[in-house]
Amino acid sequence: MFNHQSSINNRQSLLDQESRLAFWMLVPTFTVVLAFVIFPVIWNLWLSLKPVSLGDLRGASFFKFNLTLDNFRKVFSDPDFVPALVTTLIYTVSGSALSILLGLMAALLVHGEFRGRSLLRGLFISPYIAPVVAVTFTWSFILDPQLGVLNWLAVDRGLLAQPIPFLSQRWWDLDLMGVRVRLPLALTSVILFEGWRYFPFAFLFILARLQAIPDELYQAASVDGASPFQRFYHITLPQLATVLSTLLLFRFIWTFNKFDDIFLLTRGQAGTRVLTIKVYDYAFGEFNIGASSAMAMVLFGVLSVFLLIYFRWIAKEA
Amino acid sequence: MGWRYDGMSRESLEATIIRIFRVVGILFFIGIVAFPFYWMILSSFKSLEEIMIKPANLGLDIRKVDFHAYYEVLFRHGFLRYISNSVYVSIATVVLSVTLATLGGYAVTRLHFRGRGFMSYSILLIYMFPAIVLVIPLYVIFSRMGLRDSINVLILVYLAQTLPVALYMLRSYFQTLPAEMEHAGLVDGCSRIGVIWRIVIPLSAPALASVALYTFMIAWNEFLFAFMFLDTPEKFTLSRGVVQLAGSVHLSKQLVMAASVLVTIPILVLFFLFERRLVRGLTAGAMKG
Repeated sequence: MFNHQSSINNRQSLLDQESRLAFWMLVPTFTVVLAFVIFPVIWNLWLSLKPVSLGDLRGASFFKFNLTLDNFRKVFSDPDFVPALVTTLIYTVSGSALSILLGLMAALLVHGEFRGRSLLRGLFISPYIAPVVAVTFTWSFILDPQLGVLNWLAVDRGLLAQPIPFLSQRWWDLDLMGVRVRLPLALTSVILFEGWRYFPFAFLFILARLQAIPDELYQAASVDGASPFQRFYHITLPQLATVLSTLLLFRFIWTFNKFDDIFLLTRGQAGTRVLTIKVYDYAFGEFNIGASSAMAMVLFGVLSVFLLIYFRWIAKEA
Repeated sequence: MGWRYDGMSRESLEATIIRIFRVVGILFFIGIVAFPFYWMILSSFKSLEEIMIKPANLGLDIRKVDFHAYYEVLFRHGFLRYISNSVYVSIATVVLSVTLATLGGYAVTRLHFRGRGFMSYSILLIYMFPAIVLVIPLYVIFSRMGLRDSINVLILVYLAQTLPVALYMLRSYFQTLPAEMEHAGLVDGCSRIGVIWRIVIPLSAPALASVALYTFMIAWNEFLFAFMFLDTPEKFTLSRGVVQLAGSVHLSKQLVMAASVLVTIPILVLFFLFERRLVRGLTAGAMKG
């Protein structure tokens, strides 16, 4: 009896010891995340409820309880808010869809055994691995109306009468067999860039999924007389459904919050001002930190909705 | 028109179409992926006159290869310094991130404590937080504390950006390791830390390498925080330096391209050397981007 009790005590103290160790092993991670992720979000909420300008950064008004909803009022009544929201949605939906479509095509092309396959795979991933500044400046150079190789080649070969400012012109009037079409030029360029840079992400996941589809499925379908296209439609696509929808959700979330690419390509000019660019513009264009934080909170709110969907999803999958 | 009704013919027709599509498609992808890199490297070896006079010249006369852009960028525009800054920032981020993620990942996998499940979930959640939401409040607070323009603060920010994923990746790997070996170590009188050092780390070398590469890539490529935080040129990372350069030389595209090559080549070389590792890291961590 006594012995039993002591072994329980012993076990309890071991568990205590384990918890304490776990605590110390997690403290650094916890601190870093708290200081650089959680705290900024809370601090952001605080700032969004206060009249703060960039010039106030040295002032003492930070901790005063002069809370107001003015910043949110400003953000929502900004005449540029709805256009920026529409631009963001177009950019996000088309950019996500394009990158997944290209990723799917690339994965189907590289799937299977052939020489040079791993080299191709490596090459296809490089847009995603390369630093964003390098690829945006390179594309800006290629698309440049004065010195860009694309425009010069097209003009040289007589494909274009004059160079097109792909990244600095808002609209491009096209004449498609008598029908006049107004293409949002800079926005389209930015979306194409998005497709180019992020297709490798979809490519990797789809390729991994393709390789996991059991061969027997295809063999059985072949025996039943299904042609290659039928096999693709009835076997491959359904097998990819989950990974495709997960990718769509992920890409949607990340593209919605994307700042670097558009900022470096167009600075949000020529009809590419998305909501993340507004966050920056409020802070460093109008020196209005409060409005900038409010804008960021709106983005964060939208993100939370998507995260909720995402976690519901995970729960359902599991 | 017999093929319509004959399974074999339809099979071979479609197979032919697929073969043609495959060749055309692969060429298309090689073109769109490789061309920008080709153009970046090619232009960096051209002179300004060459670019201005013949913007559409797709090749380069071998006698006209010009290293001047690299000389200018490295010695006149401070890129030598930016390279060493980037190396320091990236390696420091990797060392800190991998160390803390190993400790944290191990604790979450093997040790029993209250709130373990919650920890695992919140790690994933944190990782989804977008940088643009964090950057303004951090900018404000660090400006006020006078800490903003600092490489070491930047490293801490990168640590916070990479640590949750690194921890999550290592956790997934640790879960696949057999716990019996560790128990044996514990019975033999090893401490937990001893077990991690002698048993877990050697067994996890491949996973640690993946995490290290992945972390290095994020720190090396990062633009937004470096752009917002760093003011003093002596502290610039490569990405920050390229943006500065592009803003100061408008026509001299060869300089910007040379700088872009300098920031791109190390990460691409690393990637091609350790492709399998990095791909594993990417698919496990699903890099934010």
